[in-house]
Amino acid sequence: MIDFELSPEEKTTIEAAHKFAEEFMRPISRYYDEHEHEEPEEFIQKSMGLRSQGGVFGLGVAAALRVEEYCWGDAGLMLAMPGPGLGGAAVFASGTREQIERFLKRYGEDKPCWGAMAMTEPHCGSDTAAINTTAVREDNEWVINGEKIFVTAGKRAMEKSNGLTVVWATVDKTAGRAGMKPFVVEAGTPGVKVEKQEKKLGIRASDTVTLVFDNCRIPFDNILGSPEVRKVDKTDTSGFKKAMATFDATRPIIAAMAIGVARAALDFVKETLEKEGVKIRYGLPRQKLTALERDVMEMESQYKAAKMLMLRAVWMMSQFQPNNLESSMAKVKAGLAATRITQKAVEILGPLGYSRKYLVEKWMRDAKINDIFEGTGQINMLVVARRILDFTREQLK
Amino acid sequence: MISFSPTEEQQMIVNMVKQFATDEMRKVYRECDENGEIPQKVIETAWGLGLVSSCIPESYGGAGGERSVLTGVLIAEELAWGDLSMAMHVLCPSLFVLPILEMGTEQQKKKYLPLFCGAKFTAATAALVEPKFNFDPNALSTTASKNGDSYVLNGEKCFVPLAAESEAILVYAAEDGQTQGFIVDKGTPGLEIKEREKNMGIKALATYELALKDCRVPRENRLGGDKGCDFNRLLNCSRVALAAMAVGVAKASYEYARDYAKTRVAFGEPIASRQAIAFMLAETAIEIDATRLMVWEAAWMLDKKMEATREASLVKFYADDMVMTATDRGVQILGGHGYVREHPVELWFRNGRGFATFDGMAMV
Ligand SMILES: Cc1cc2nc3c(=O)[nH]c(=O)nc-3n(C[C@H](O)[C@H](O)[C@H](O)COP(=O)(O)OP(=O)(O)OC[C@H]3O[C@@H](n4cnc5c(N)ncnc54)[C@H](O)[C@@H]3O)c2cc1C
Repeated sequence: MIDFELSPEEKTTIEAAHKFAEEFMRPISRYYDEHEHEEPEEFIQKSMGLRSQGGVFGLGVAAALRVEEYCWGDAGLMLAMPGPGLGGAAVFASGTREQIERFLKRYGEDKPCWGAMAMTEPHCGSDTAAINTTAVREDNEWVINGEKIFVTAGKRAMEKSNGLTVVWATVDKTAGRAGMKPFVVEAGTPGVKVEKQEKKLGIRASDTVTLVFDNCRIPFDNILGSPEVRKVDKTDTSGFKKAMATFDATRPIIAAMAIGVARAALDFVKETLEKEGVKIRYGLPRQKLTALERDVMEMESQYKAAKMLMLRAVWMMSQFQPNNLESSMAKVKAGLAATRITQKAVEILGPLGYSRKYLVEKWMRDAKINDIFEGTGQINMLVVARRILDFTREQLK
Repeated sequence: MISFSPTEEQQMIVNMVKQFATDEMRKVYRECDENGEIPQKVIETAWGLGLVSSCIPESYGGAGGERSVLTGVLIAEELAWGDLSMAMHVLCPSLFVLPILEMGTEQQKKKYLPLFCGAKFTAATAALVEPKFNFDPNALSTTASKNGDSYVLNGEKCFVPLAAESEAILVYAAEDGQTQGFIVDKGTPGLEIKEREKNMGIKALATYELALKDCRVPRENRLGGDKGCDFNRLLNCSRVALAAMAVGVAKASYEYARDYAKTRVAFGEPIASRQAIAFMLAETAIEIDATRLMVWEAAWMLDKKMEATREASLVKFYADDMVMTATDRGVQILGGHGYVREHPVELWFRNGRGFATFDGMAMV
């Protein structure tokens, strides 16, 4: 039955997330935007307490809606919250049962711990199949060499905690996608170095670093999934596909992040207008609306559209339905909607929007990342287009 | 619990309507648009599906099915996918039936509902839109004033579907500045049904202008009697119906353009292999889905009897733009071929443009 009612438990955890966002994120939001590489220690400790409520990550409807609330609070701080993150999602999607247990156990312990995922390299981002990082087997080990950039939570995962990074590397460059495999590199492994910490437009509380792998040796069974790669079958891209399926789980979560930031801006605009006595007259015909009312309605409907697509994508996942198309749809829409909504908010609020006295300008900077990472808007549009056309990547480049 | 699955029963109804749309509407819609007429057979077949009468209680001769706005929007989308003119035609009696069913007095229900439980299509309609650019359903120019035991209606209406053949018309008018509904039976003195309108789109749907000149109806013809009606809810039920129809029209255009783009070759490969085309299609697919889900949410709220003016208005607003963009792209993707009437995309484009104007012309 089509239903939009949340269960009482869902409502409770979402309300708790909202309260947390209001009490512990908003008040420090500006500070950590302006003190970019400073560690929000106290905040991190506070977020450890959230694990009993289902934690920061998770893949159901309630988890996505909690992410929305946290990002309503502050998207950068949300990404700084301890947890398995994108690395954990990759382990979960591609790991064996033993690996999941071995690698993810640490996230249930009392010390804050992060996870990261490293795909992007200096010369390639969208074109993931072009990565140069290599993994070579030597006896009972893999030797990893290469450079990864823009690794979210890379520093926290590798230097500040006993975390891990899932690194994508090729075991056979000539095999293209079939040769690409995910490897788990744990914190403290010799041969991996955290370099350059990026200075960014937004989400500044989230650390974004370069990881350099210099003859980094990891145990043989740190390759996620089947280790049977002695001979690479060039036509077998199932491993790659399976790992790409991680995105089906994470893209709706990125959509939820975007939606949270968008709602922050939308709420602020509506509150400000209300204070000034401006009411949005919803039932009015178009011709009679003021330009301002139209703008707000446009923003609100964009928000709704994105949210509905996001909810559908996570709901499908929770029902174990394939959601590749739907999660890319949600990601494209939410990335764009959040970008537009926050930009419009800055415009509408005039000097209040542009001033750093308020958070709107920050939200506009924060929102933009959702249209870029986990597949840019264009890349997700490509996924959608290939799906609806039933085209291969050769048929639609 | 959040869920996006229709019930089995809803799915059955949707399949049935889709079948009808494919087998009947899609066979004749172009011809209908050209000559402005819908074959009686199609109308009767639709009537036989019980789309209007199913929710009329058994005590009034109906099937006694549950009244569900959600089921209604699912049906409306499929019908409009088949053809918008026909969809509006076959659902037109609902414009009269649903307000009476939900808000009518016992006497009104007894008198009118049984008329729509017969084997043959029975027309009835509602008159809301007025011929002026800044028409506002909550500030109507048509007036109703109480005069002894009757109401006197004065004003002009347009876009009244099937007015000429309707047994009764629900005329919306301002009574002391508030919109109320008044049942005007066929042939009531002072009700003048003018010539059939000529519109850019929905050409197969017969719509009319009306003039009400001191048109007197008995006091008991006021919708809901002394209590009046919840006009806002009626508007919302209409908004979601129209938004669902917009989704149907957009989907028709999108599917056609998508299939065309896969076969039309330019510069050595299908035009769909170029991002400029593929991305237009992808974006349209996304917007269609988003709008549909927003329609569902608003409809769900209406079924729960929640105040849904915000949601219904937002989705109508969104759908009006979405369908225009979607159908415009339909034409664009076919290029010059989209501009000629051999292909249906220009028809959907003309129909799509109407949604921003349509108000109260469909209801679920
Ligand atoms: C703050 C931040 C955090 C990040 N976190 C991570 C992380 O944790 N792990 C990780 O691996 N990466 C991460 N990234 C990297 C991110 O995923 C990439 O930046 C992104 O995928 C785009 O790659 P690129 O920057 O190389 O751009 P490019 O791939 O060079 O793209 C440039 C432009 O070309 C467009 N484009 C590219 N190919 C096509 C095509 N086929 N069709 C149409 N348009 C195309 C793109 O959409 C984009 O607009 C992060 C990036 C940032 C900024």
